[in-house]
Amino acid sequence: MIDATDRDIVNALQSGLPLTPRPYADAAASLGISEAELIKRLRRLLEAGDLTRFGPLWHAEKLGGALTLAAMSVPTADFERAAEIVNSFPQVAHNYERDHALNMWFVLATEQPEEVESVIAEIESLTGHPVLNLPKLEEFYVGLRLEL
Amino acid sequence: MNAALNQLIDDHALDATDRRLVIETQGGLPLTSQPYLALAHRLGLSEREVIGRLKRLLDSGAIRRIGAVPNHYRFGYRANGMSVWDLPDEEIGRLGPMIGALDFVSHAYHRPRHLPVWPYNLFAMVHGRTREEVEEQVAQIAALLGETDRGHRVLYSTRILKKTGLRFTG
Repeated sequence: MIDATDRDIVNALQSGLPLTPRPYADAAASLGISEAELIKRLRRLLEAGDLTRFGPLWHAEKLGGALTLAAMSVPTADFERAAEIVNSFPQVAHNYERDHALNMWFVLATEQPEEVESVIAEIESLTGHPVLNLPKLEEFYVGLRLEL
Repeated sequence: MNAALNQLIDDHALDATDRRLVIETQGGLPLTSQPYLALAHRLGLSEREVIGRLKRLLDSGAIRRIGAVPNHYRFGYRANGMSVWDLPDEEIGRLGPMIGALDFVSHAYHRPRHLPVWPYNLFAMVHGRTREEVEEQVAQIAALLGETDRGHRVLYSTRILKKTGLRFTG
């Protein structure tokens, strides 16, 4: 169960962990808990799936790679099979089911820009469904931070 | 910072050691008292060098931040709406930053249309505890856009099928 301390921890650490030799101790001090308690709680939040990640969030394009958002329209009867195929690609970073005729939306993060096209072609051929490629043309704001 | 300088930084931002740092940390930062020292041991570097490199990568934007990524559902944000908007192309550079600046929008992008199936060119992610809350936020965006909003929709996520983040193999 997520309690108030967990919320405080996640709210504080969404913005960033300090780059100091004892970053958990420093973050814990401002939260009013011990370093051991913070580490124990982070481990539990990760194991329970309350946090999906903890660590550096890398910017794919600045690493020389590419990112795109892609969408597919998959009939219900074929949805689980298609999801399994899409998820099996390590380049698929996220995949969401959404309530629209285009009902599968996934983010591709590739090491080489050319890989976007080839992964999309493979997904089309393995699933039998066309993929809409929606690469970002411009980014207006990526705060990626919510008060929890 | 000017564009040429940005490009220079982009071109020279990553060396082989940085790439090893990416590989070592993409699964997460060690949950030990001295995580940068633990990384330093794995990479055969000093702790000081690991911290220096991470700082440089943060400053250049190669690392967006070092932090926690919550599963929004588990924290009560059960309504995660991808709002999509059909805006005049010539207005998007002015309107996009306005939408992105709203505190309930976690990210906003200009993306291509795919006519006739997909007429929308602005994506703004909005998060709420309920769909009503999301609808209210979307109404605020619509009010802000006024006549430039030529149509919009909200696509709710009904299931997370995968969420692992970036994975490079080296």
